Amino acid sequence: MTVKLKDATVASATGGVPPRRSRNRRPPWEEPPTPLGLFGKGVVLVLLVAAVLVPLWAVLVTSLASRETIDAAGGMVMVPREIDPSAYLTIFNGGQITRAVWISTLVTVLGTTVSLALTVLAAYGLSRPGSVGHRGLLFFFLLTFLIFPGLVPSYLVVTGLGLKDSIWSLILPSAISVFNLVVIRAFFMNVPGELLDSARIDGAGEFRILTRIMLPLSKAVIAVVGLFYAVGYWNAYFNSVLYIDDNDKFPIQRVLQSYILAGQSPNVSGAAVSLPGVTAYPPTLAVKMAVVVVTVVPALIVYPFVQRHFTKGVITGAVKG
Amino acid sequence: MSGPGAPGTVDAPEAAGQAPPPGRDLRPPGRRRPRRQSLRARLRRDWPLLAMTAPAAALLLVFHYLPTLGNVIAFQDYNPFVGDDPIEAFLYSEWIGFGNFEVLFSDPLFWDAVRNTLTITAFQLVFFFPLPIMLAILLNSLVSGRVRGFVQSVVYLPHFFSWVLVVTFFVQMLGGAGLLAQEMREAGLQPWNVMTNPDTFIVLVTAEAVWKDLGWGAIVFLAALAAIDPNLYEAAAADGAGRWRRLWHITLPGLRPVIVLLLIMRLGDALSVGFEQFILQREAVGRDAAEVLDTFVYYQAIATQQWGLGAAAGLFKAVVGLILIVAANKVAHRLGEQGVYSRS
Repeated sequence: MTVKLKDATVASATGGVPPRRSRNRRPPWEEPPTPLGLFGKGVVLVLLVAAVLVPLWAVLVTSLASRETIDAAGGMVMVPREIDPSAYLTIFNGGQITRAVWISTLVTVLGTTVSLALTVLAAYGLSRPGSVGHRGLLFFFLLTFLIFPGLVPSYLVVTGLGLKDSIWSLILPSAISVFNLVVIRAFFMNVPGELLDSARIDGAGEFRILTRIMLPLSKAVIAVVGLFYAVGYWNAYFNSVLYIDDNDKFPIQRVLQSYILAGQSPNVSGAAVSLPGVTAYPPTLAVKMAVVVVTVVPALIVYPFVQRHFTKGVITGAVKG
Repeated sequence: MSGPGAPGTVDAPEAAGQAPPPGRDLRPPGRRRPRRQSLRARLRRDWPLLAMTAPAAALLLVFHYLPTLGNVIAFQDYNPFVGDDPIEAFLYSEWIGFGNFEVLFSDPLFWDAVRNTLTITAFQLVFFFPLPIMLAILLNSLVSGRVRGFVQSVVYLPHFFSWVLVVTFFVQMLGGAGLLAQEMREAGLQPWNVMTNPDTFIVLVTAEAVWKDLGWGAIVFLAALAAIDPNLYEAAAADGAGRWRRLWHITLPGLRPVIVLLLIMRLGDALSVGFEQFILQREAVGRDAAEVLDTFVYYQAIATQQWGLGAAAGLFKAVVGLILIVAANKVAHRLGEQGVYSRS
């Protein structure tokens, strides 16, 4: 909130320029930059950007390269010569990788739904100081920041509940992020009480207030939290090491790990793809890189939507947490 | 709001002004603290809130607090086969006092893991922790909003990648069959493989952590920078302070509360250094360099089914972590900072 206010004052002082661009001109009192300083900054920024983009580029290009191109390059390809989709056709031709993508998608969709619903409900339930049990319940939730269960007891509880080899073992233990809950709760608490009062006078119950007033007002933050949850579910790896023994239920991160880092060959059923103009057996490296691309893509799709909002979310969490 | 007609009990006190009938279904305005009502009346008013909180609380109870209590098996010779389910096994297992801890503390592998963990934490405090601050200051100094926005979008991105992906990218770029080795071979050089070298492992894991979270870590500092009053800079410049003095006397003090907060959180977490990251690379570099406390618990307890021992190691970690964070918070209060939590 302070940040926003500050931005607003800056913007109004500089004549209504939007906050982000408010520093687009160097203030008159600031000394001009030295050439060396400018050069240094430029080099650092280019290196930073390259460190992220070059690996992404190399992986994408290699996944689309033909056997000849990969052999000529001696491995990873940096310069695209052709677009050969056979690696992708192979991994989506049924078999373990296709199945893993489905499992991960299912876990992500189901998990995000459960997490988001329960988090929003609890955030609303905890947003009214003075309600019955408010202090105790809040303490109950916040204490999880300080006290952690160990790995062994968690494992015993999950297996004891019979969740081993069930996709619920990838969802329920990590379903509630108290951090996300605190972020949403902070937004709910900022909604003016008069609004809630008027709804109540009109006879709205708590649930109706939540769905008709709170949710529409905090759409943005809920979207961001939902996407955080989704990314978390999609990216989770270790819980599947603990709880999933059945190869057919491996999520995509697990397959990526066993395939690329541990060097096992994936069992891709029907590896031979017979389509006109397509290599029959795509090179192993291209297939590997195609799996990497498939694993990256959801993050890339989600990213632009969250990007505008997450600064706000992170700060609220940091300040109010 | 065209909801169902307002119940008369709510309308009446509105009309009557200041004198609401006691104990009736009156909701206090907004979230102002209500006057003391009987518990039953408050329950009748607040039960929907409790019902909404219940499912999340139940999940935490089962998957967070129940295992936390389950740590008591650290004092048992826990044997899952003496009962049909973990609860029964727990009831029938033999209590052995501090036996597990004695075994644990006399195990050199355990101390190796503790030493590795603390070394890596210390290394990252020096070589990772300051980087997001520097990046934030650098980004903040950019005059062009467009360049800044672009760089931000790019450097935040790896935060959304899983550890499996991050390690994969490093293998494909710097590993024995990666891009760097390829280029070096082409240039007639002897390629080296940093991915399997235990001596440089600490640098490698730090580089991975930096790659993943440098940009993300800068967000909080950028926000703190935006909250610094620009008039301070102007006044300082008018008094003849150069850019380095402004950095030292305005920017860094402005960041101080955030820096302290994050330092406390990092210290409280000194015994965890990124579990998945280490599990994924332990095979490649070997145990000597890559065994940290978390991987020790996994390999010595779950993989070998020595449950009591693993729980003891986990409990050790949790207790030390709790002490660290409480102590760090105390120090922060002493220094006049806000810290992570306060007693209000």
